[in-house]
Amino acid sequence: MNTSNTQTMTVTSVMPNMSQVFGWLKSLQYPAMGITGLLLLWWFGGFMIENDPDLSAFAAFAPAPTFSALVDLIASGEVWQPIGSSLYRILSGLVWGIAIGVPVGVTVGYFGLALKVANVPFQFLRMISPLAWMPIAVLAFQSWDSAIIFLIVMATVWPIIFSTAHGVRRIDPNWFKVARNLGASGFQMLRRIILPAIMTDVMAGIRLAVGVAWVVLVPAEYLGVTSGLGYAINDARDTLSYDSLAAVVIVIGVIGYGLDTICSVLIKRFNWHME
Amino acid sequence: MGASISLDFITHKFSASAEPTLKDIENRIEPGELVALIGRSGCGKSTLLHMMAGLLIPSDGCVRINSHLVTKPSAKWNMMFQKASLYPWMNVKENAALGLLFDGMPKAEAGERVDALLDMVGLHDKKDVNVQSLSGGQQQRVALARSLATEPEVLLLDEPFSALDAFTRTQLQEEVPNICRERGITMVIVTHDIDEAIAMADRVLIMSQNPGRIVGELVVDLPWPRRHMDSGFQTMRDELMQQFKGTDTGLAGRNAADPDQSEISQSAA
Repeated sequence: MNTSNTQTMTVTSVMPNMSQVFGWLKSLQYPAMGITGLLLLWWFGGFMIENDPDLSAFAAFAPAPTFSALVDLIASGEVWQPIGSSLYRILSGLVWGIAIGVPVGVTVGYFGLALKVANVPFQFLRMISPLAWMPIAVLAFQSWDSAIIFLIVMATVWPIIFSTAHGVRRIDPNWFKVARNLGASGFQMLRRIILPAIMTDVMAGIRLAVGVAWVVLVPAEYLGVTSGLGYAINDARDTLSYDSLAAVVIVIGVIGYGLDTICSVLIKRFNWHME
Repeated sequence: MGASISLDFITHKFSASAEPTLKDIENRIEPGELVALIGRSGCGKSTLLHMMAGLLIPSDGCVRINSHLVTKPSAKWNMMFQKASLYPWMNVKENAALGLLFDGMPKAEAGERVDALLDMVGLHDKKDVNVQSLSGGQQQRVALARSLATEPEVLLLDEPFSALDAFTRTQLQEEVPNICRERGITMVIVTHDIDEAIAMADRVLIMSQNPGRIVGELVVDLPWPRRHMDSGFQTMRDELMQQFKGTDTGLAGRNAADPDQSEISQSAA
């Protein structure tokens, strides 16, 4: 009696797990096809390079040498130090970008006059490549590290400002009226109404900012510094170790994808719109 | 306990060069009185209500609540709007408790306080629900609980039932005056629905258009609860309709009819 009971219980508790795993695998089928396609293209490119006498020196770019270099990088632990430096820079830049971008965005979005005044200069500054600030950054900052963080700030601050301002302008005016009518002070209005209302837009801005910042970070690290993933690429090129160069490229892609996924999870978490 | 509202010679222009939207409004609403303000769309009745709430300051004259000059909004004189405007990132209970939170009450205590109110407005099984899943009528009930939570002396209603289905509207038209009478809250409702005015108010003020003035009033001394089918209700309805037609001066005859209007207001006063 007892044993049969436990048996049925195990069966029923395993059953949904099985279907869960199955559903999970099913949701992966299209991404898996895409990745396979990319690998095939890469392999084909490597094959062409290898068979071209002019290019055969670069044969290490092919998938097989790259993956073995990647395994070496991870196994030796060499990979963590540049990842750490790069993540430190991007996170510092992002924190500054948020600390500047959100208050400025709220101000610009809330006060119509501020928007009118700031729109043209902001659109102008936004279109300047963050890398164009490099010479100024080097002059203005003591260390290369702070100069790079400054470039990241210049990359992150615009999407955050514009997205935040857009979110503030979209707030239902009735929400302000009701809150004022309930006796909300300026600070309470900001904390209980404005910030929760724009949270989704701020997160969307941060997601855009992370994308831009990650792209800007690598070329920024080509200059001056002796750490980070950008430096690792440059270093690999100088030592002609194209396999580890390609391995670093993969690391950059994987981390970038991971950062973007974290952002999209956060967006879902803060989204109060009901499907 | 309810508060008295005194409207002292209010004239309002939205810009210096514009014709006045409201002109020489003068009236006194007693503590605990239920008053309806009726008039055509655009006659400035909603503007007047916003002034009582302190959301708008008249260019001339003033509003006094318990002889206290109204200069800004307060949870003690509370307004309900046509749209419930609930905050979708808060559940029903958090929405209802918002006024208390603004007043500095700890969250737990505020939650306890609104619990009974939500029971009263019939949302006992919806307290932790996302407000976006509620029907229009339920949302307006949350807004009612939110307004009552701060224990207001005055409840101002700006056509709050006009977007609801007929059944829910009739229910709320009965419940809201009951609640106000029980608690002694002074109520002012703005509406263009004559039936709604008679169903909910002790006294109806009639407003004209261009400029907005109080041109007549009618005391509704019907017993509670008010039944639309009662003969007394029908008589009041006809009387109010007649008075209301007197304000219907149209665009052409507006100036010519002005003396008549002042006559009405005199006879009413």
